[in-house]
Parts: sequence; structure tokens; C-alpha cells
Amino acid sequence: MISEKTITDFIYREADLLDTMQWQAWLDLFHPEGRYWMPLEWQQQDPVLQPSLMYEDLLLMKVRIERLAGERTFSQKPKSRCHHLLQAPQILVCDPAAGTFKARTSFLYTETRGDTLERFSGWASHDLVPVGDELKIRLKRIDLVNFDAPFGNIQLFM
Amino acid sequence: MAKYGKNPRAIGGLVRDAEVHRDVYVDPEVFDLEMEHLFPNSWIYVGHASQLSKAGDFITANIGRQPVVASRHTDGSIHLFYNRCPHKGVKIASEPCGNTGKFFRCPYHAWSFKTDGSLLAIPLKKGYEGTGFTDTQANDGLSRIKNVVVYRDFIFARLSESGVGFEDYFGESLSTIDNMVDRSPEGKLAVEATPIRYMHTCNWKMLVENQTDTCHPMVAHESSAGTAIKVWQREQGNSTETPMAVQLYGPFMSPYEFYEQSGIRIWPNGHGHTGVANSIHSNYSDVEGYLGQMVAAYGEKRAHEILGEVRHNTVYFPNIMVKGAVQILRNFIPIAVDRTLVESWVYRLVGAPDKLYERALMYNRFINAPTSIVGHDDLEMYERAQEGLKSNGNQWVNLRRLYESNEAPDVTAVINGTSERQMRNQFHAWAKFITMDMDQPVEAAE
Ligand code: FES
Ligand SMILES: [Fe+2]
Repeated sequence: MISEKTITDFIYREADLLDTMQWQAWLDLFHPEGRYWMPLEWQQQDPVLQPSLMYEDLLLMKVRIERLAGERTFSQKPKSRCHHLLQAPQILVCDPAAGTFKARTSFLYTETRGDTLERFSGWASHDLVPVGDELKIRLKRIDLVNFDAPFGNIQLFM
Repeated sequence: MAKYGKNPRAIGGLVRDAEVHRDVYVDPEVFDLEMEHLFPNSWIYVGHASQLSKAGDFITANIGRQPVVASRHTDGSIHLFYNRCPHKGVKIASEPCGNTGKFFRCPYHAWSFKTDGSLLAIPLKKGYEGTGFTDTQANDGLSRIKNVVVYRDFIFARLSESGVGFEDYFGESLSTIDNMVDRSPEGKLAVEATPIRYMHTCNWKMLVENQTDTCHPMVAHESSAGTAIKVWQREQGNSTETPMAVQLYGPFMSPYEFYEQSGIRIWPNGHGHTGVANSIHSNYSDVEGYLGQMVAAYGEKRAHEILGEVRHNTVYFPNIMVKGAVQILRNFIPIAVDRTLVESWVYRLVGAPDKLYERALMYNRFINAPTSIVGHDDLEMYERAQEGLKSNGNQWVNLRRLYESNEAPDVTAVINGTSERQMRNQFHAWAKFITMDMDQPVEAAE
């Protein structure tokens, strides 16, 4: 039975897989129709006809991940690392009968590139669905507090 | 010690026929001179009239280092001012865009100005009686920029009072803007969204040059576009976002021969475009209903003419690039000698199917965003160049590819698509416009 704790554990584990660069295990957390979305507007509703920083399906995320390991991926020499600092997730919906689970988690995210370190903050929203007895990500949405600021390269996943 | 200021000869010496000195990218004094001379002497993109749809709408921008504000007046006209209060200099408008109502009101002492810039009111006006105030520049209100041209809704301005007129400056190059606008069945574009912004720690000219650098994609983008093609070939059928995505990523890996044949066209004053005969935008799939709308609007022949023109990147000297076939304009905004803000704008084709707007937005986030893997490849190269140019081993950047000793400046020509001639064309214009209003040549110090 999926409980609020199952959701929280899932979110912590997801961040941990990113921080330890277990990319394939991380991708496996997604539903086949899953999406990763980083809006460019405040309380954005539409990922298709409004501009976003990212809106990607599994295959496009796979491209990103394979690129990270590429022989000629010069922007990853040296490799970036990342760190997630999460607040306790706020459970928005936990409805096993309907199969809908949603949470919103405040975060601080750090990404390195050589000697420099960039920091971002915002909220991660998870829209999860049960597949068998596991949860899968239908949508992971990242709302940055300064989504409209001009950033340098953001190369990993928040 | 100032090496280049008021010294047109020294500046001219930075640009040779097919080489440029590294100081054009790394010397803060050269950057200062660009801000002081090059940008004011050139026609600079300020914004799009659709951002000023109602009276009282305004947008802010910078031309070189100078803050400006454009506004829509009650009679429908568009005005451009320096964004500074004539009292003590406070910026009249601080947001990127907004609506100011019937007048601008300075937040410091409440002087107010009509949306055509004229002074409307000063609190306690009596205090200025008999002070000679009416003879001051402040009495005229916001300082106007006189040379403003709205070309098919694209707002351009030249800060210098004298210089090259708009038509002479752009000439035939405006055909790229024409083509982008004509792609709307109603002949109209609209800006509906904020731009994607991307901070580059490099000189602004590296970005401009890269727009017609066709020898780098298959090398630098093997990491992104190459991986995209590889993953797609292995796993096609597994996704819904991807077909359009692959159409956008894929052509970046085209071979040298493709770019050679697609050609570059140069124009006077530093403008030019890749993709004359063919381009990486040539083979996007049709969007249902669109061709029918275009034929209904323009007739069979003209509609095919418009859609058959698939130019890749058009550089408008000095600092924008227009991509007509995907409705994108990139503005390379210089912040410092090694810092450039890139704003990538998407224009909606008014009256066209949503799918075209969706594709343009997708292109923008795939290629022009700080989260774009293609963008990561390019920025990495600019950063390495900005570092590498500190080397004293060789102070010259080589632009000799397909150079011919009899190349005439300021001409229109179509050339091999892998030529570096457009970069030479830009630097010729660079030297011309940066020195245009400098004092009499001073002998270069030995
Ligand atoms: S500075 Fe604007 S009113 Fe005083
Ligand atoms: Fe590139």
C-alpha cells in the first residue's frame, strides 16, 4: 500500500540517484510517458505553447545522459557534479484508490563545473503513478525561483 | 595607458585582410570604444512593435551601455527616449516591459512625462518660476532618440545624430526580415513570450561570428546532435516528443559538403547569411493546413516562393541574428569585454497553425537555452577561446579560409558556404563604424 512515507522516500531516493550519478537507475524511475519540465514563466500552465527551459521525454533525457559520457563532450571535461538539499516534501495528493500521488519539494541545488559552483533554488513537483507495486514519475516539474534570470550552462538534472 | 582611444589608425591596425588581433576580443579599452562609437553609429535592434500593442505600453533596452525606453503614445506612434529622468537621472522605467498608463511618473520626485516624452508636470511648479528653468534641457522632458525606424514592426535605432541612414545601412539584407514576416498568412508577427536568456562569459563578437561558422557544427556538436541521432537510430518508436526533435537536432550533423553547397550571401555593412541554396531548416515536415492558408493569402506562386526561402542564420551587423524559417531572433547584448547576455526571442506567425509556434519554441529551448545541450557545446568553445586568447604565442586570429586577395569590401556576393568571408565582412564593417566619428587620425604611438 502506497503511503505518504512511500512518496517521501521515493523523492529522497530520486535526488540521491542524481547526486551519485546513477543515471540509468534514475531514468528507470520514469513512466514510459514521463516528462521532465522546467518552465520559463511564473505558474506556467502550458509546456507546449509557452516557452520552457526544458520539456523532455525519456528519449531526449537519454540523449542528455549519453552525451554526458561522450568522448567528445568538451563541456564535461572535467565532469560536473551535483548536490540536492531537499526540504521535507509536502504531500499534495495521496490517493491510492485513484492512483494519483503528488508532492512538492522545496530545494537548493548545486552544480559544479571545474572550480566553479552554481547554486539554484526552487520547487520540484512530482506527479507519480503506480506501476505494479512501484511508483513511477509521470511528470517532474522544476520551478526555479529565478526562472527568468540569464543562467550559464545548466548541464545536469535538478 | 590608453592605446586605442581617439586613435583610428591603431584601431584599424587590429583588422587585417584576413586576420584580426586578439585585442578585439579581450582588451577592455577596445570594448569601451565599441560602446562609445560602434554601437551608437550602428542601427541597433530595440524590440518589436507587438510588444507595444496598446497606448502606454513600454519596453526597456540598452544600446551599447545606454539605457533606453520605447513607448506607444496615445496617437499610436512609437517613441524612443534615453531612460533617464531629466531631473536627477533616475530611470523612468525599470522593468523589461509594462504599461505606464497615460504618463511616466518618476519615482523620485514625481516629475511626469507624456508617452511622447514631453514634460507633463512638476510638483510645486512655482518653485521654478523665474529660475530660468524653461531654458534648460530638462524642460524638454525625456531626451529623445531621433533616428528610429520601425521596419515591418522591428524597431531599430541609431543613437548618433549623423551617420548612415537606415535604408543604406541595411539595404537588401532586409529581405530576411521580409521573408520571416511574409511567413504569416496575415503578414504579421507577434511576440507573446519572454525571451530565453543565457549568460555567456565571452566576448559578444564570438557569438556573432559563430552564426556563419559552418565548419564547427559537425565537430563541436558531435556531442549533442551526434548523440541525438545515435540514440534515435537505436530506439526510434519509443517516444512522442522526438520526431520533431530529431528534425531539429539532426541537420546539425550535416557534412562539410552540405554546408559548402548551401552557400553564404554577404551584403555591405557587415550583414550576411548562411543557407542560400539550402539550409538545415529545409526539410522540416509540413504542418497541416499551413500551405493552404499561405496559398489563400498570397497565391500559389508567391506562397511557394516565400516558403522555399529557407535561409539559415542572417547576421545583422553588429549584434543580432535572425532565423526566418523558425521565427527566432537572437540578440547578443554586450555587458563587458568577456560577458554577453544572449536573448533569444520567438515570434508567432499571426494566423498560422499553433504547431509552427510550438516548433519555434522547441527550437529555442533545444538550441538557445542555458539548458540546451547544443548551447553547452558552443559556450564551452567561446570560454576556451576567451582563455586561450590570453596567449602571447600568437596574437592573431586567423580568418583566411577561402580568402581571395581581390575581395572587395561592402559588396553583395554569394560564396562557398564554408568560407570565412562573412567574418571578414563583419570586421571590415567593425573597423568602419567604430572609427566613423573619431577625431582626425592621430599617429599611432610607436
Ligand atoms: S529624479 Fe526624477 S523627479 Fe527627481
Ligand atoms: Fe554551434
